[in-house]
Amino acid sequence: MAEPVLSVRDLRVEFVTRRGALKAIDGVSFDIARGEVLGVVGESGAGKSVTGSAVTGLIDPPGRITGGEILLSGYRIDNLPPEQMRKVRGKRIGMIFQDPLTSLNPLYRVGDQLTETIRTHTNLSASGARKRAIDLLAEVGIPAPDRRIDSYPHEFSGGMRQRVVIALALCAEPELIIADEPTTALDVSVQAQIIALLKRLGRDHGTAIMLVTHDMGVIAETADRVAVMYAGRIAEIGPVRQVVQNPLHPYAKGLMGAIPSLKGDTHRLTQIPGSMPRLSAIPPGCAFNPRCPFVFDRCRVERPEPIARDLHPVACHLYDEAPARTESVA
Amino acid sequence: MLAFIVRRAFQALGVLLTVGLIAFSMFRFAGDPVNQIVSIDTPAAEREEVRRSLGLDDPVPIQFARYLARGAKGDFGVSYQFRQPVSDLLAERMPATLELAFCATVFAIVFGILMGVFSGLNRESFMAKVFQTISLIGISLPTFLIGILLIYLFAVTLGWLPSYGRGDTIRIGWWSTGFLTKSGLTALILPSITLGLFQMTLIMRIVRAEMLEVLRTDYIKFARARGLTTRAINFGHALKNTLVPVITIVGLQLGSVIAFSIITETVFQWPGMGLLFVQAVQNVDIPIMAAYLMLVALIFVVINLAVDILYTVVDPRLRSSIRQPA
Repeated sequence: MAEPVLSVRDLRVEFVTRRGALKAIDGVSFDIARGEVLGVVGESGAGKSVTGSAVTGLIDPPGRITGGEILLSGYRIDNLPPEQMRKVRGKRIGMIFQDPLTSLNPLYRVGDQLTETIRTHTNLSASGARKRAIDLLAEVGIPAPDRRIDSYPHEFSGGMRQRVVIALALCAEPELIIADEPTTALDVSVQAQIIALLKRLGRDHGTAIMLVTHDMGVIAETADRVAVMYAGRIAEIGPVRQVVQNPLHPYAKGLMGAIPSLKGDTHRLTQIPGSMPRLSAIPPGCAFNPRCPFVFDRCRVERPEPIARDLHPVACHLYDEAPARTESVA
Repeated sequence: MLAFIVRRAFQALGVLLTVGLIAFSMFRFAGDPVNQIVSIDTPAAEREEVRRSLGLDDPVPIQFARYLARGAKGDFGVSYQFRQPVSDLLAERMPATLELAFCATVFAIVFGILMGVFSGLNRESFMAKVFQTISLIGISLPTFLIGILLIYLFAVTLGWLPSYGRGDTIRIGWWSTGFLTKSGLTALILPSITLGLFQMTLIMRIVRAEMLEVLRTDYIKFARARGLTTRAINFGHALKNTLVPVITIVGLQLGSVIAFSIITETVFQWPGMGLLFVQAVQNVDIPIMAAYLMLVALIFVVINLAVDILYTVVDPRLRSSIRQPA
């Protein structure tokens, strides 16, 4: 198998506070292959966005990476000096943020922001960069790009601005795009367009995409594989069909049960009782045990490691029939 | 844009009319102007003669209209103490005040922005704390005290810089400048610092607070995620976004610097309009006081208009709102 574009190994991120170090990410491992879309889902605070920030080296202080490695096409990037990491950001890793209304600088024309990014990472001339900026705007589906390039961000609608943001992420043909809730702030009809655009770009350029969202609908539509995160760990990771249609982890089951369906019997959506523990109060054993309907004694004392089961790994003692058969996440 | 300027010009006219009324009423409220001109033993008939020749027996509205009409032509009457036209006196003193205000403002803007950006970016560093302390001093110490302290230190104790006056000036047309001689330039240093220190600390504090605010925004995070250089992010993206409030403050303060250089000019015996005004107050020289009031109002009005236009240069979002008034 070809080398994955992104390979995260046993990543740990801590936030140092007055009450001690809080583990925001606690031993997360996953790979994303070329052209693959990995969806990362979970409740707020599960560590989805922090994982994305860790990969780009942009964790807000006082957070810091305390363990594990991040490899981009085989090279470690988590320990690069800041100036080298800056050159990776934008060039090899593109980033898309949640709110297109606030991710563009309101005082600069979109063309200036595009050419600035292009010229930072390539040695194109000013006119070459402008031509490329127009091409990029055309590629993300902005009509009349040669005119719109001289518009200011406030002259675009939300969906159009998110297209501009995507164009900015694509400036230097990155190997990996990290999209952090790219559709959350958009209208439903616009969401579908943006998702389609992301999928097409990933396919055309062979870009690996890490799609962070809490919207299972978006994941089901877009992702090839999905990782379900809970309290800083991956509960279950596998092909999207398997995880969505036949989730194994009780938390993943709860999440999928909470998706409304238009077909079949009308029944109340299942809820997961309680809420995710605060980082300062993660229970011993499995972090999900206080909310889990299948909880048994072992869950309260021993933390489950990911077990390969039905071809995809799940971190749950329920599936640990043969304790010797533990494998790392593939 | 043109409609906006015309609309603002009419507002400015309203402001100037109001100030003109206040300036005009000073003549009447500060005692009978005739008494200011004649001596104690002037006979009553002669007083009436003076009153009539000055048009002071006309109804008040006519006098006000005449005052405005003359003022519009730059004629603000004759100073009681100098026996010279007020406009000549002000024109003679204006270069001194404007050069001082210019230097003080440049000093305030340059150091205020530099220190503000630095302490916004390195808020925990030792130098940032030093700057914060300096700014506290600058904001809380009264101007005359700073001036006297500076004179004591640099003029009296160290003897490096002159303690008063403008030094040698060179006349270019009607404008006398201190920029072209060494003594003129050295004489500018202490008064400029004294006059600009308060504005500098104000600008520094605003830039610092705005920088801290802007650096938290999504577009700065996104600029980092795009891999832009730190320099481009801090000075291109962050600083420009802090400029709108800075322009507001600089604009308003520039008016104050010109109008209220009175204290600094008094401390340094600076031969500018402020010193002239103080002398006028001491001698109840109402034509000078009234003209000064009008001039200051004009300066404020013009600066405010310039500030409004500058906003639109910095922030494109304001352009459309000015083009189509709601």
